[in-house]
Amino acid sequence: MNDLYLQLTVAILIGIGAGYLGSFMVLRRMSLVGDALSHVALPGIALALLWNFNPFFGAFTVLFAATLGIWALERKTELPSETLVGIFFTLSLAVGILLVPDHELLEALFGDISSVTIPDLLITLASVTAIVVITSFILRGLTISTLSKDLARSMNVSVDKINLLFLIMVSLIVALGLKVVGTLLMGSLVIIPAAAAKNVSVSVSRYVFLAALFGALASMGGIFAAGFLSIPAGPAIVLTGGLIFLITLAPYIKKN
Amino acid sequence: MQETILDIQNLTVSFDDNKVIDDLSFSIKKGDVIAIVGPNGAGKSVLFRALLGLIPYLGKIEWSPDLKISYVPQRFNVEKDFPLTAKEFLRLKSKDQNKILAALESVGLKNKQSDIHHIEHHLLDQRLGWLSGGQLQRILVAWAILDDPDVLLFDEPTTGIDVGGEETIYNLLKKLNDEMALTILLISHDLNIVYKYANSVLCLNREKICFGPPRDVLDPQALIKLYGGEAKFYKHEH
Repeated sequence: MNDLYLQLTVAILIGIGAGYLGSFMVLRRMSLVGDALSHVALPGIALALLWNFNPFFGAFTVLFAATLGIWALERKTELPSETLVGIFFTLSLAVGILLVPDHELLEALFGDISSVTIPDLLITLASVTAIVVITSFILRGLTISTLSKDLARSMNVSVDKINLLFLIMVSLIVALGLKVVGTLLMGSLVIIPAAAAKNVSVSVSRYVFLAALFGALASMGGIFAAGFLSIPAGPAIVLTGGLIFLITLAPYIKKN
Repeated sequence: MQETILDIQNLTVSFDDNKVIDDLSFSIKKGDVIAIVGPNGAGKSVLFRALLGLIPYLGKIEWSPDLKISYVPQRFNVEKDFPLTAKEFLRLKSKDQNKILAALESVGLKNKQSDIHHIEHHLLDQRLGWLSGGQLQRILVAWAILDDPDVLLFDEPTTGIDVGGEETIYNLLKKLNDEMALTILLISHDLNIVYKYANSVLCLNREKICFGPPRDVLDPQALIKLYGGEAKFYKHEH
């Protein structure tokens, strides 16, 4: 029973963080960045497993480095982040698959919530708290720079700093979520709750709140469904999110 | 004699060895309404970005000290379902409710008597992307004047507005210029508007083709040089 509460808490926290950040990723057309970043993490996980330390740190280190690389290149070349991330992730995925020990590969790709420990919970709690607090601080600048970079700069908003901070936080939530849903599905956790929230939100405050809420609900529903139906948690969470998205489409269908 | 608030000398802006603005010099006095005209790609938007210090440049751009400059950029594409209400947009600049109401009155979206609830329901609580072209432009002008700026840089204020709406936006800008001694620089493609509302026009096609009162400087030779071809412009004498 304790295990279930542990898993639930970790999953819900990650759902909140992923939804919260995902809301702006969708607005900034970074929907696929989460997916690609989760693939980039695979070599980091591999090295962590080979050298016996917590895969989270392995993943986050690689993601952090990749994020810095993407941010720096984007500033220099004006290529969109999706192109750069696309290049990184296909290479990393190949390297990762080669490096990860065979018996660990399934867990790395699909996650294994049952392996979550108390230290994982503490790291997750601290990280998601930091994400929510920091994002609240930069919310104004984030919103303005999403509307127009020129406008933001003319108002003395540090567009580049905010971009970097945002990308780092995305790396953090991806690294955290890998344990729960794995590298193949982590991307959906940042997109689906936010996309669902966008369907039913007019204001940005409601949008961001709902994205976090739907993330939490998807996690919760997924964990329970996984227990009930004896299926892996990762796909269950993602499918629950998909169900929420379909429900938010309903008013549109009724209108038409 | 009005004071000079902006002095530009030998301004040159290049991107990758391409000169987008070449050796431009002019000055602006407080209370001026300056229209900047020229073909596409002539450097007009780039000029604004240089004036705001957003891009590197050669030459001198000297604003009066302590000036508040407001900028409304051209590319402000808000998709229809972007979740941001007009109210939230305005509050990104100022959370002062009184200032917001005053700005809405100035732009003609609210009259003194009307109820805040009415305007909230029909306008402020709607998504930016759902507003009509004219309403969005007025919201953008309201946004621009929220912090009582001294200078307004307005990049193509009427992109996407029908002709009737165009007239009223310019009337509005002229009114603000009169009432608030607001210096306005606006980029425009419409020479009729330039004649009617601007006291000076800057013809820009990488370099300064003309600068001065529209009546004096907008002659056929200047227009040919500016637009690079047979630009026939018939000035209606009323």
